[in-house]
Amino acid sequence: MSVVKTSGVQIEAISACVPGKIVKTEDYPLFTKSELKFFQSGTGVKERRFADNNVCASDLCERAARAFFDSGITKPEEIGVIIFVTQSPDYILPASAILLQQRLQLGKNVLAFDINLGCSGYIYGLSVISSLMTASNIEKGLLLCGDVSSPSLSYEDKSVYPLFGDAGTATLLRKGEVESVFNLQTDGSGHASIIIPGGGTRNPVCSTTFEKKDFGNGIIRADRDLHLDGVEVFNFALREVKPNVTKVLETAGVEQDEVDYLIMHQANKLMNETVRKKMKFPEEKVPYSIDVYGNTSSASIPLTIAHCFTNEELSGKKKLLLSGFGVGYSWGSAIVQTDNLKVIPVIEFDE
Amino acid sequence: MTVVEFTRLLEKEFEDIEEGTLIPSMNYREIPEFSSMHALILIALIDSEFDVLLNGEDLRSVNTIEELFNLVTERL
Repeated sequence: MSVVKTSGVQIEAISACVPGKIVKTEDYPLFTKSELKFFQSGTGVKERRFADNNVCASDLCERAARAFFDSGITKPEEIGVIIFVTQSPDYILPASAILLQQRLQLGKNVLAFDINLGCSGYIYGLSVISSLMTASNIEKGLLLCGDVSSPSLSYEDKSVYPLFGDAGTATLLRKGEVESVFNLQTDGSGHASIIIPGGGTRNPVCSTTFEKKDFGNGIIRADRDLHLDGVEVFNFALREVKPNVTKVLETAGVEQDEVDYLIMHQANKLMNETVRKKMKFPEEKVPYSIDVYGNTSSASIPLTIAHCFTNEELSGKKKLLLSGFGVGYSWGSAIVQTDNLKVIPVIEFDE
Repeated sequence: MTVVEFTRLLEKEFEDIEEGTLIPSMNYREIPEFSSMHALILIALIDSEFDVLLNGEDLRSVNTIEELFNLVTERL
């Protein structure tokens, strides 16, 4: 396990932006009545948001970040680093964080780069930006996490189409007094369990990349579509999340009952609840947003915070335990302390 | 737990299945309306009841409810 400790950097504010278009699970015509019932009760997803064709993850994150400037929480010229965690960049190159530096009118002394991670991306992104800020004179940084997954979902794949949604988030970090601890892990042997196999350099775009194939069990998809092996991912999460979280708590010297909230990547409610029960975390300390936004990849942890909490609820000092797990496999947990964390209510994207 | 008790547990977990409908010799994939979500429910149930974690290969290696029960109890 790789344990990362950072000191003197804390989360100041969180903002999230989702598309206005609501797609309801009950309107998915390929589900039988029974499949709909079990899918909704199992995954917890009742609806999610889909971006219009011309809207990228960077657009949602840009809007979320602008909210910090519009509300006077910070100014563009105060930002020293911008990191964009996404698996749906604007272009193959250049990195979207660089475009966001310009669009958000940040200074030219800003460090800007992308991190290609999904479900674990918020934890990894927080550790990277906190480490950079700890080791530099940068006073404030922006961590943007978001994905527009909907273009990669085959409508005829019952295992993915009703599960994922689109969202973008922004997290403002600043120099502070607190220490954060991260526990980051990787197992590439699980890479085929969540994958878009076509369209990269391993399997370049060709005449068959978008050709739909029938894999049985209600799964028809193309190589350029997202493939999810739900059983293997479920097994992975039940096997790995609890020991990862236990280690981060031990390293931070934090008892489980000292944690104010455990905020998990919103993977699938049955999976998260099984993990929560294994860890014996009380229900009231584990918030969810999957019912209204679905699985939103690296955006899901900050989106859940923005959706579930008000400034009053997060006033004063709080200990948050964050845990992200999935595509890769890549997973990690973090203990972060906040002090009057500012949360902007979830914004609907308006072109 | 006996295989019959395990079978009753599955009936309870999968809802909408009347008690006594499932029998140990039945292929678990032929449980009415069995879907990929049922496979996840099975894994979660077995993990919480027996502390045995199954993967896809395990599920593919057995057919009947009884074989599934035997696979689980062998790992206790």
